[in-house]
Amino acid sequence: MSREVANFRTFWKATTFSSVLEPVVYLLAFGLGLGATIVDRVDGLDYVEYVGTGMVATAVIFSSAFPAMFGTFVKERFQRTYDAILAAPVDVEELVTAEMLWIGLRSGFFGCFPLLVSMLFGLDPSPGMVLVPLFAFVTALIFAGFGIAVAASVAKIDQFNYVTTLFITPLFLVAGTFFPIDQLPGAVQIASQLNPLHHLVVLVRHACFGFETADLLRVGVLIAFAVVMWRVAVNRMEKRLID
Amino acid sequence: MAAIDLKGVVKRFGAITAVDGLDLEVPPGICLGLLGPNGAGKSTTMRLLTGQAVADEGEITVLGHRLPGESKEARAQMGVVPQLDNLDVDVSVEDNLAVFARLYRVRDVRAAVDRGLTLARLDGRRGDPVDELSGGMRRRLLLARGLTHDPPLLLLDEPTVGLDPQIRTELWSLIDSLRTKGTTILMSTHYIEEAERLADEVALMMDGKIISRGKPSELVAQHAGRETAEVYATPERLAEARAVAEAQGLKVRPAGPAIAIVGSEKATDGAIPPEAIRRAATLEDVFVLLTGEEAE
Repeated sequence: MSREVANFRTFWKATTFSSVLEPVVYLLAFGLGLGATIVDRVDGLDYVEYVGTGMVATAVIFSSAFPAMFGTFVKERFQRTYDAILAAPVDVEELVTAEMLWIGLRSGFFGCFPLLVSMLFGLDPSPGMVLVPLFAFVTALIFAGFGIAVAASVAKIDQFNYVTTLFITPLFLVAGTFFPIDQLPGAVQIASQLNPLHHLVVLVRHACFGFETADLLRVGVLIAFAVVMWRVAVNRMEKRLID
Repeated sequence: MAAIDLKGVVKRFGAITAVDGLDLEVPPGICLGLLGPNGAGKSTTMRLLTGQAVADEGEITVLGHRLPGESKEARAQMGVVPQLDNLDVDVSVEDNLAVFARLYRVRDVRAAVDRGLTLARLDGRRGDPVDELSGGMRRRLLLARGLTHDPPLLLLDEPTVGLDPQIRTELWSLIDSLRTKGTTILMSTHYIEEAERLADEVALMMDGKIISRGKPSELVAQHAGRETAEVYATPERLAEARAVAEAQGLKVRPAGPAIAIVGSEKATDGAIPPEAIRRAATLEDVFVLLTGEEAE
């Protein structure tokens, strides 16, 4: 991870700026915009609070999946950074684990900004919120692993468009961030149980407004997803990096 | 114990056999030049030694460690300078060294960075972004990065490819100083002069295997004799000269617009055209004779 830390010193301003500003933009557009005109309350919450808590998932997926996909591809294919690292006493599992942990830590941190911004719009702090970085971290690990596995599998950078359209956008839109999924067809509701973002959205909302027993199961699901994606990422990268 | 020992190593990429029954032993303390044309299997051999490729057949031992199982232990004692520039352009000169000092678990990272900067003569550029360095500076930094942990074994994969002659000479001095220090060096190259200047021994590689090996002077004596006669003439005249020389059992190789009659000291009267330029036989003669490729 020391390489990522050194690298971050160069880019932290741009990364922090976008991570802080994006949730503000979304909150203004959806929370205040829709909340003031069409939607007042959803599931018993003010719409600003509903969107603000849901935005944690958005921040997590965008700050984990995309850097994992594009960053990994560029480092592997163009900069040949991994060739350099693997000439040192580092194996592929360590390399992938370090990349995932770094992305997870960064996303876990930046994922909390929507909550902080929501507090400016009236969300009350609650003790459960201290667990939000942990939930965000675990979910970010899932998407970091996913992004790395995808980067190790595609032949050209353009092919990420398929992944974004077929996977990331649908996951993001039907996670329960902007509207409840219980209004969607039954099959979609069942499929959402396989969406880590949906579990994160629910966990964050419960962290703010009161946990339920089932939340333990949700945490378990996220951890299981993270372990699976970790192994998939390691496997794919080994096939890509070792001839 | 050999620093590097490859026995019957085979590596295939689909239908292509890049390394085909390679036997290569590198004793400790020498600089072995692995000389061969493009596509000979040199870079694949380097990747096999770092564990970034796994052999399909054969045995590989590096510093007593069997690969690929003990590849990490071997790499901890090995420095690698790759053919392609893979410096981290997003971080500074000193961070490039510091990151690798940590990867190699060097205890005093600061001292290792300072040593590397001095070796690369980049003391005044430590905080600069890597993409502001010239090509020669980047190559020196790559070399310094491979030496951060003061390894007993160094793998150089085409260390001066694409560099100006002046910068190439600078790097040769650096590499030569390591050789004098006793570092074992395996250097792959397709530059004859580089092999002649730096290598204690040269192993000629072609089609994935070693076709000849020895000290440069021994290879020349064995395959090219003492003297070579170069003939510059019209294509018809060259064809005639070639036919006469070959009729006497002399080897003739292409030399750009000319031909070179190798071992011309053995020629009888009339075999060497009077307009030929006689010179001492070189490793280039050996290279072209044995590989059929024009040298650089």
